[in-house]
Amino acid sequence: MVRVDGKGSGAVVELRNLDKKYYRGEEEIDVLRGLNLDVDAGEFIAFMGPSGSGKTTLLNLIGGLDTPTAGTVRVNGDEISALSGRKLAAWRARNIGFIFQMYNLIPVLTAFQNVQLPLLLTGLGRAERRKHVEAALGLVGLSDRMNHYPRQLSGGQEQRAAIARAIVTDPKILLCDEPTGDLDRAAGDEILDIISRLSKEYGKTVFLVTHDPMAAKRASTVLHLDKGTLLECTADGQLVCGTEEVRR
Amino acid sequence: MKFLHLISVNLRRKKLRTLLTAGSFMVALLLYGLLMTIKVALSGGVDVAGADRLVVLNRVSLIMPLPISYKEQIQRIPHVADLTFATWFGGYYQDMKNFFPNYAVDPESYPRVYSEYLLSEEELAAFRADRQGCIVSPPLAERFGFKVGDRIPLEGTIWQGTWELNARGIYEVSRGEMLTSEMWFQYDYMEERRQFFKGTVGWYVVKVDDPANAMEVATAIDTRFRNSPFETKTDTEKAFAAGFANQIGNIRLLILSIGSVVFFTLLLVTGNSVAISVRERTGELAVMKTVGFSDASILTLVMAESLVVSAVGGGIGLLLAKFFTLGGDPTGGMLPYFYLPGRSMLAGFGVALAAGAGAGIIPAVGAMRLKIVDALRRV
Repeated sequence: MVRVDGKGSGAVVELRNLDKKYYRGEEEIDVLRGLNLDVDAGEFIAFMGPSGSGKTTLLNLIGGLDTPTAGTVRVNGDEISALSGRKLAAWRARNIGFIFQMYNLIPVLTAFQNVQLPLLLTGLGRAERRKHVEAALGLVGLSDRMNHYPRQLSGGQEQRAAIARAIVTDPKILLCDEPTGDLDRAAGDEILDIISRLSKEYGKTVFLVTHDPMAAKRASTVLHLDKGTLLECTADGQLVCGTEEVRR
Repeated sequence: MKFLHLISVNLRRKKLRTLLTAGSFMVALLLYGLLMTIKVALSGGVDVAGADRLVVLNRVSLIMPLPISYKEQIQRIPHVADLTFATWFGGYYQDMKNFFPNYAVDPESYPRVYSEYLLSEEELAAFRADRQGCIVSPPLAERFGFKVGDRIPLEGTIWQGTWELNARGIYEVSRGEMLTSEMWFQYDYMEERRQFFKGTVGWYVVKVDDPANAMEVATAIDTRFRNSPFETKTDTEKAFAAGFANQIGNIRLLILSIGSVVFFTLLLVTGNSVAISVRERTGELAVMKTVGFSDASILTLVMAESLVVSAVGGGIGLLLAKFFTLGGDPTGGMLPYFYLPGRSMLAGFGVALAAGAGAGIIPAVGAMRLKIVDALRRV
């Protein structure tokens, strides 16, 4: 279940009165304003909205990459907006998998080594790490490319390797920032298939930022962001919540 | 250990840059090693000087002699365990350019006081029995092909004429760094033929019963001869060697100046190289932080890269310097002590690591402080 009115409880992701401001010189830019969100485990949420509406900022806050100006971010019961840098890094390693638009693989590492990267921070031995990496690469259909470098992979394969890296530690939450933005339709569909499968079969809670309505259709809930406020799109296409100004 | 691969691939991604940076360390530490070797060579064996030996010189100057009659008087001073003397002869073999240190020494006491120079009983006996006998060092024997039994004519520069000597022994040493080009011959032979400074010696070497008594004995000797025509200046052998070296100039200051310039240049070269490397990898570092690498681990990885480059480059440079010195004195005797001491190598390695750490710290802190969101935006 997804709520944007701040009245939910016990959700896996719980945002309360979230504000985020950026400063450009003297100018203060409100990116998110008093945002509330409750998302239960296993949900697949798509964030849509115009450029600069705060989609990526919201994703970064949920993933602990950024800190809010005001309000709280609670994930799996942990108030991550109160965690220190070191604890936050450890928390991210355990709980979150990130998938970026530009894949962000390390070019001097093979697909296997890229996927193994998050496991280096765990206490797993070499053999166990190998087992985990092979499983993750198998899940995204890249077992036969594990010793290839990113430059030897197609865009779709690179993104699949990036998904394997995101899921290799078995996080509960996947944050995907326009994962198909740099791919053609066919490759994009393959990526979305994998992400959908991770949500449906493996129970991952997925947050997907996208400009593509076709990609958003894969989600169980589509949330629109505009002027720093969340609007839920109901089954009949109506936008609910947000300010009167935004709804108009 | 599991991060070694990461360090390794990062260093190999721009091989030429890594090679050039390591090469700058190599050249700098090679230069350092050679400078330290020259320092030791010019210091005239400060490092091999005995802690229990004092050198008694004429207070006026090193080249002014002391009476031979001082020998008995010094021997009577408490805590003096043994005593010998020597005189700088300044001869050369066949040609002026074949110069090497040669001394007229007391054949009985000199080998006893300098017991670290090892001679067989037969060689010692032959040296003592032959008034024209001489002892040569292994490097000198090798340089001119001297063998025991050879007749060696030495041309005098202070006391003119040809001085015929017979090689009666080639000593061995207990430590490699004590190998120096030199020759000893009998004081009596010089004394009977020389035209001036008769009845004098160049310096005395006093062995004390305990190094702890060295300063007390030195003071007693100088006090004993105060207000005499030949006042003395007594110092430890180490201080004597250092003082001798200082006549050439302030070697320490020279080395320090060159070393500082090299160190500073290294900091700039390596710092720039690491900074560029970090800047190129801003996005990757952000991704590593995203997947859970802490600020401290990012700092450690960048520092480790800088330290590996400095350790490998510096280590090779020091080994090359050591290798060069193993070939012996390249001047053929002008630098009697030609070796790179182990502790200088260690100090050099420490300097290389310090330069590596110094060069890496600013880019590493920059990488550590990198804000993930800002860095990802730049990708």
